[in-house]
Amino acid sequence: MPENLAPLSEERIAYLEGLVSQARTAAAVFSQYTQEDVDRIVKPMVLAGLEKAQYLARLAVEETRIGVLEDKALKNMVATEFVYNYIKDKRTVGVMAEYPERGLIELAEPIGVIFSLTPITNPTSTVLFKCIMAIKTRNAVIFSPHPSSWRCCSEAVKIMYEAAVKHGAPEGVFTCLESHTLEDNAYLMHHKDVGLIDATGGPGAVKAAYSSGKPALGVGPGNTPVYLEKTADLDMAVVDIITSKTFDNGTICASEQTVVIDDEIYDRVLKKFADLGAYICNAKETEALGRTVIDPTTGFMQPMAIGQKAADIARFAGISVKPNTKLLIAPIKGVGRAHPLSVEKLFPVLAVYRAKSAEEALKVCVDVNRAGGLGHTAVVFSKNDEIIRKFGEVINAGRIIVNSPGSIGALGGVYNDLVPTFSFGCGTGGGNSTTDNINIYHYLNVKRMARRTPAPMWFRVPNQVYFNRNAVENLRNFPSRSTLIVTNAALEQIGLVDIVRRSIPPQTQVRVTIIPDAEPDVKIIAQGVEALNSYKADQIIALGGGSVIDAAKIMKLKYESPDADLEELAAPFLDIRKRVAQFPTEKINRSRLIAISTTSGTGSEVTPFAVMTDKERGIKITLADYSLTPDVAIVDPQFVMSMPKGLTVDTGVDCLTHGLEAAVSIYASAFTDPSALQAIQLAFKYLPTAVENPGDEEARTMMHNAACIAGIAFANASVGVNHALAHAFGARFHVAHGRANALMLPHVIAYNASVPTKFMPSPNTRAYVAHKKYAMIADLLGLGGNTVEEKVNKLVRATEQLLDRLGVPRSIADLGISEEEFERAMPDLTKIAFDDPSWRTNPRMPLISELVELYWSAYRGRRAAEEETTIPKQSVEEELCV
Amino acid sequence: MCFAIDGEHLSEALQAIGTKLDSLDGEVTLDFSSVTRIDSSALRALEGLARTADAKNFKIALRGVNLDIYRVLKLATLARRFSLVN
Repeated sequence: MPENLAPLSEERIAYLEGLVSQARTAAAVFSQYTQEDVDRIVKPMVLAGLEKAQYLARLAVEETRIGVLEDKALKNMVATEFVYNYIKDKRTVGVMAEYPERGLIELAEPIGVIFSLTPITNPTSTVLFKCIMAIKTRNAVIFSPHPSSWRCCSEAVKIMYEAAVKHGAPEGVFTCLESHTLEDNAYLMHHKDVGLIDATGGPGAVKAAYSSGKPALGVGPGNTPVYLEKTADLDMAVVDIITSKTFDNGTICASEQTVVIDDEIYDRVLKKFADLGAYICNAKETEALGRTVIDPTTGFMQPMAIGQKAADIARFAGISVKPNTKLLIAPIKGVGRAHPLSVEKLFPVLAVYRAKSAEEALKVCVDVNRAGGLGHTAVVFSKNDEIIRKFGEVINAGRIIVNSPGSIGALGGVYNDLVPTFSFGCGTGGGNSTTDNINIYHYLNVKRMARRTPAPMWFRVPNQVYFNRNAVENLRNFPSRSTLIVTNAALEQIGLVDIVRRSIPPQTQVRVTIIPDAEPDVKIIAQGVEALNSYKADQIIALGGGSVIDAAKIMKLKYESPDADLEELAAPFLDIRKRVAQFPTEKINRSRLIAISTTSGTGSEVTPFAVMTDKERGIKITLADYSLTPDVAIVDPQFVMSMPKGLTVDTGVDCLTHGLEAAVSIYASAFTDPSALQAIQLAFKYLPTAVENPGDEEARTMMHNAACIAGIAFANASVGVNHALAHAFGARFHVAHGRANALMLPHVIAYNASVPTKFMPSPNTRAYVAHKKYAMIADLLGLGGNTVEEKVNKLVRATEQLLDRLGVPRSIADLGISEEEFERAMPDLTKIAFDDPSWRTNPRMPLISELVELYWSAYRGRRAAEEETTIPKQSVEEELCV
Repeated sequence: MCFAIDGEHLSEALQAIGTKLDSLDGEVTLDFSSVTRIDSSALRALEGLARTADAKNFKIALRGVNLDIYRVLKLATLARRFSLVN
């Protein structure tokens, strides 16, 4: 309870508690009702309201002395019939809506007990409206009408209650506070069993509701600006404004307050107003009116003027008008305290302003909007769409009514498709939580049941892959006018470029650009793009290892889309499908990229990845997008027969790592598994022979195929933490990528096979299966073992033995890196490894402390991986869940 | 002492129990197995039983309350005033 309020007596508290208890019980009982139960009650309530519309209007006018009987009757009918028309088919119990394609279901949960304040200006219509909404949504309401409208409101509540209970609503579903005080309101607003406060009324009531700390719908005053623009249909506009502003003597808070009129039409508009029964005040009369109807101390309207007739208001101000005068029009020269009539006036007094330009008109409308009308309602009359849109942009109003009356337009359902309401949300500008027309959905907690939906996946590879000896001869199937071969000097020297040339159709103009055998630099890319432009190339043949193919991918990108911002495209992303930076789709050149790999490891000929450096700025740019994938891959072993031993080892282990990481990736699928597993098998079987007997063409062929197949797997399933660790470590200590991978590999297998500290969120995996997949790989390799744990250990040992056989150093220490140096590098290593996108598809989410542990394991060497692993104790027989 | 409650005439059944409470000692169990829906007067009757039990310092247990009724008792803040047994 606010401290400035008097304490309540025990009797009063008991009375209020009784109301809450009654409402709480009713709400509890109501929670059992079905949609059909509810709809059976709502319709007779609406009919009862319609039947009593005139009766209640008469009561309201007699009691409040505000407004027009006929209009109040009409409001009561809108509050029942129009609202019913909107809600009758809406589902508000149980399942409200289902979106099977999105796996979403919306369920209705009633609020329970609503404490509702109703205004003096629209007393009975607001009660009818809220009662119907409450029944439709299975809520109980305690009403607290404005004291000057208690009798008519309590009668409206009674009519609604009797109709509702007669048709099955729970007893006590509506109650009405008798002769209440601010203390009563405060008590109920703070009551623990009141779920929502719905306060329609003056600023005080709204503020009290929002200050209570309860969820509240506080809907208060407005100050509707109207822009009457020179292209508008003036006859329609004038009639609409009069209709709206005189409706119930201007008591609807959405009604027009100040009309800003273009200079060119100002006189005509005023004449039309006068012709239809408005009285145009002169300057003196305007001043007298301002003094009379606006409180000079507060700047707000005088309550005695609210809802009174124009002629009566004129009489209060000493202005002589005909008794049937509809509206008093007061020209004003500005907005603010110096211009009292520029504020909200809930009576038939309309301020008008003559604007010399559209710019000025819009500025004045903004001023009116900000003088007490933020978030509420605004009106524009114009045939100029640009003006209408501009008005919508600059005015902060929940309802922007176009070419129609403000008050009746804002109520919805008559002049437009707004939701019918008697309560206008005014957004944050009006201190409210919504700009909506308050409706049944604000009386519900909408529960959203979200079913697990597998993420859509993909399998994307080059259109064409040619493999085995002489696969290069397929180049003759690709007609080209101008082809650029991108390669490096060593490959040209040993005659590989000539082999390629011989397979290119003779009519093709062929040029060669030589680039260094290293990660491509931004300058090299620029030179390549220049060559492509000068030769107007329509085909690029990348002949080389990963670096050359990566360079060609980026050259193609920049050649086809020169404006592509590589740094922006390299922006980090979590999910390639939701990435922020989009690769360009508009191309000014078109070219075909054919990748001929001369190493057996990177898989770059089939992957969507490319890495380059900007040496001047000391940054590495990693690009990933399927538009980078070469159009054609040629996997011809004759290009790798002369690969040196060290390169054969490093690239071969890279291939094995690709297969192992793709197999356990959270993106692994039934599409990628066959490639990953096949690549692993081939690597285990043929890599030692390819290294020990480099002339063995079968081994070379199989390893070359394995690298491409592993590329296909990780192009779609991606890699994991092994790559993240290796990238950071290799860059820091200048260790070849494949070798860096090899140093980490057994440790990462053991790590992924153990119970994760943190699981990786992944809708497509139904259980943690990395250890089982490793076991399956062990089975494929025929390693033996009876349990998952044994099989994983055997795979780790087989990997260690393979690396030993290939002559890969056993530890980082064996590379000659001191413990101190490694320790010093550790913060940078782990930071860079954690930023590396590779691990985002790792089956377990690495903690930074775990990255540290993995690095130290690799530093100490492979022996550490021979220790027992702790893997999940699950049945070996359990099916793999992938 | 256990009373089977007639779900079809819930309010009357509870009121009848209320009249007997004076003559009972210890714990009373009301078998709610046949109760599938509850109305305002039944909730008021339950409230009355709870009040009486508090005043006389004995316990009332509700047995076999189904999920829907359990939820209504929770919403009406009555669940905590009874022991609920299966």
